[in-house]
Amino acid sequence: MNPQLARVARVAMGLIVVLIVATTYWQTWARPGLAARQDNEIQRVAEFEVKRGLILAPGRVLARNRAEKRGGKTYYFRRYPQGPLTAGVVGYSTISRSRAGLEKSLNGVLTGTDRALSDLVDQQLHELSGKPIVGDTVVTTLDLHAQRVALDALGSKCGAVVALDPRSGKLLVMASSPTYNPNLVEEHFDKIDRVTADCRPAAPLINRATQGLYAPGSTFKVVTAAAALESRRFTPDSSFYDPGYCTVYGKRVNNFDTEAPFGNLTLAQGLQHSVNSVFCNIGKALGARRILEQAKKFGFYERPPLETPENERYPSGLYRNHELWYPKRDQDVDAGRMAFGQERLLVTPMQMAMVAGGVGNAGIVMRPWVVDKVVSPQGKTVSRTRRERLSRAVGPVNAKEIADMMVSVVQAGTGTAAQIPGYRVGGKTGTAETGVDGRNTTWFIAFAGREGQRPEVAIAVALENQSLTGGVTAAPIAKQVMEAILRPAGNP
Amino acid sequence: MSARNRELLTLLLAGLVASTAFASAWFQSTGAIDYGWVPWALLLGGVFVAAHAVTRLTVPHADPTLLPLAALLCAVGLTFVYRLDPEDGRKQLVWVAVGVAAYCLVLVVLRYDYRVLERYKYLFGVSAIVLLILPSVPGLGQRINGVRLWIEVGPLQFQPGEFAKIFLVIFLAGYLRDKREALAQGRLKDFGPLLAIWGGAMLVLVQTSDLGSALLNFGIFLAMLYVATNRLSIVLAGLALFAGGAALLYNALDRVQQRVTVWLEPWTDDKVYCTINGALEYRQNCDSYQLVKSLYSIANGGYGGTGIGKGTFQTVDGTPLIPYLQTDFIYSALAQELGLIGVAAVLLLFLALVARGMRVALTAQDGFSKLLAAGLSFGFALQTFIIVGGVLRLVPLTGITLPFISYGGTSIVANLVMVALLLLVSNRAVVTSR
Repeated sequence: MNPQLARVARVAMGLIVVLIVATTYWQTWARPGLAARQDNEIQRVAEFEVKRGLILAPGRVLARNRAEKRGGKTYYFRRYPQGPLTAGVVGYSTISRSRAGLEKSLNGVLTGTDRALSDLVDQQLHELSGKPIVGDTVVTTLDLHAQRVALDALGSKCGAVVALDPRSGKLLVMASSPTYNPNLVEEHFDKIDRVTADCRPAAPLINRATQGLYAPGSTFKVVTAAAALESRRFTPDSSFYDPGYCTVYGKRVNNFDTEAPFGNLTLAQGLQHSVNSVFCNIGKALGARRILEQAKKFGFYERPPLETPENERYPSGLYRNHELWYPKRDQDVDAGRMAFGQERLLVTPMQMAMVAGGVGNAGIVMRPWVVDKVVSPQGKTVSRTRRERLSRAVGPVNAKEIADMMVSVVQAGTGTAAQIPGYRVGGKTGTAETGVDGRNTTWFIAFAGREGQRPEVAIAVALENQSLTGGVTAAPIAKQVMEAILRPAGNP
Repeated sequence: MSARNRELLTLLLAGLVASTAFASAWFQSTGAIDYGWVPWALLLGGVFVAAHAVTRLTVPHADPTLLPLAALLCAVGLTFVYRLDPEDGRKQLVWVAVGVAAYCLVLVVLRYDYRVLERYKYLFGVSAIVLLILPSVPGLGQRINGVRLWIEVGPLQFQPGEFAKIFLVIFLAGYLRDKREALAQGRLKDFGPLLAIWGGAMLVLVQTSDLGSALLNFGIFLAMLYVATNRLSIVLAGLALFAGGAALLYNALDRVQQRVTVWLEPWTDDKVYCTINGALEYRQNCDSYQLVKSLYSIANGGYGGTGIGKGTFQTVDGTPLIPYLQTDFIYSALAQELGLIGVAAVLLLFLALVARGMRVALTAQDGFSKLLAAGLSFGFALQTFIIVGGVLRLVPLTGITLPFISYGGTSIVANLVMVALLLLVSNRAVVTSR
């Protein structure tokens, strides 16, 4: 009987070996996938036994922990001392509704699981001694004073303000309105559901700065102007004739910001007074794809790089059937209307701040970032973000020409409301019609700095459901926020 | 060194490992470093040292690794049952003591020649069937979670299926030793009793709606049949019969159908019919809730595990996340807290137990002893495979116990009796080969 006995023995032992292999599969190979599943409560609860790292802004705590003992275990729940102020960026970390914002995208850092191996060994020893795991602290670049000014200025309006330092890409303000109180997410979510504002649905959980897709209106003329100059077929002095409208496919499109025909004018004057027909003709001359290629150099067609979760950052560009779309042929797109920001263009305030910043920063778009550094519980800096060039969008000479045009917009054009005494401010207004009266999206994008120096701030303001123009509604908000950044203590 | 001295030494080593594990569970549960764990370690250690003493007196030449392996597995089980529910831990300790008493009793009673069992093989065969059908008897049986596995005697719950397994192995060892030549020649009339067993297994399956023990008993039967006849074709025919019967039952029994559906597709992207509340739900939130939560628990362990006492089995407000964690799903608790390294070590303990048991079968001198040892050892392996494989989604999940580790008195006692039988066979093999 022994030969068949040996065979049965091998089968019996093989069964156990199969179990070891299957366990290995679930504990290594399948582990990340299971950990990421929404219904994985074990993972979520386990992460609340970790003392998460703090989220800070210079001088302020944005997220901290509240320890609570329940059933012999200590859980660390999140508190957000700044309340609604930075909700869009910081997000929340809860058991009932999982995570959003930096709390979600930096979960690995904040729970200490993304550490280098040597630190992990330290952590294991630390754990063996019975102490909780402590995550790394994240320090953001946000300017809370300016952030507060931006949110106050937005008030009950729906929209967003994004301000960054165009020289480095450092994000200073990211305000989305209406915002929500992240402290209410865990247990009082109904109160967030009941938030109201000048738009319906109010959707406070949407970070409009990076998730709001709006028609850019005339602010896109900056991109068209860049394409025009870079093509070398136009200069700021190129002359145009404005009959007060532009004929596109046999249909007349009127200038919006200004009613009367301008007659003969230059490209520079066309931008200064936001004359649609000028850009319509540039668009028809260059073709849609040439302008879109220029837009790509500013970052269009990519999710703007930032440390927030990928699904909270939408790419800008042409959209067709709710999906980002790049035309294969020029004739698929109405280049004339696209050139002044209509057609099916949809952009985020974040992207338009990058456009303004790129023009102001001599044509170089810096990679935007909001996490300044990561600090270990022992106070050691684990990593520090360095500034990095994202792209050269425009040549330095052309960038200066466009910047000068934008300065003339603020000095004597449609954007005079954004003037800041003592500073050189360049901007561009935008009013995107939605076809319903009083439901326009208004814009102002701008940069500002000291005379003769590179701008210190670039900004984009977008407002929903406005009946007036961008120069009247958005420009004053941009001015307030830029002032708050340029003169932090309020001194002149 | 003599076999018994080696056994004692290994036992002490196992005691050291087990005490460390239990102490850390104790520290975690009480939140203080004290000596409250010592009485537990001494009690459990004392019970197994007593077992060793009886072993030394009754079967001095038996395999020295089986008892320490069983002891360590019992200790791991006790540690985890205690860690999950200290009250259950207390009961489990009592059951281990009862199990060891049964172990000693078997050794003492059968110390001269256990082969007397062969004489009563038909009695064991009939008893096995009676024990299997017992839970279905109205008034006596108890249906828990839709499965009839328990009977209630006074305040005690008793799972007769665990002993039916042992009786079945004894019966088969005797019967197959008798008829193996005839069976190997393939004479149809000799298959009558075997077909009866197949029919019995199916009947039990219908009666108890428990696919797990039917599969276990039938698997042991096929393994022993193969060892006795060396005819793979018979085994394949048996498997085909079982598969055919199971397929028929699959269509007849909703419960079996549901288990298979859960096994094939535990996660759904759309809401599907939920058999628990009749509404539309994601399957992971309804029928496959246990399986999915248990897989999350296993995955959460990773390589090194969370450490004993530090796993997550409850929500923040203390609601248990995994039902039946101490019994059917104890493996997912082990996997989370011990991690891949620890749980693989536990599986290797089972592997060693099975390997040593099979070695006993190989060294045994007579057919009855060989078949007995092979059946018992294969039983350990298959039972471990069915429950752990179910938890790991290798096979449809069926609720049977993990030998030595799951919380449950009958299971512990039956498994220790099985170890005693293996030791008896082993002792005789060594003595007669001299």
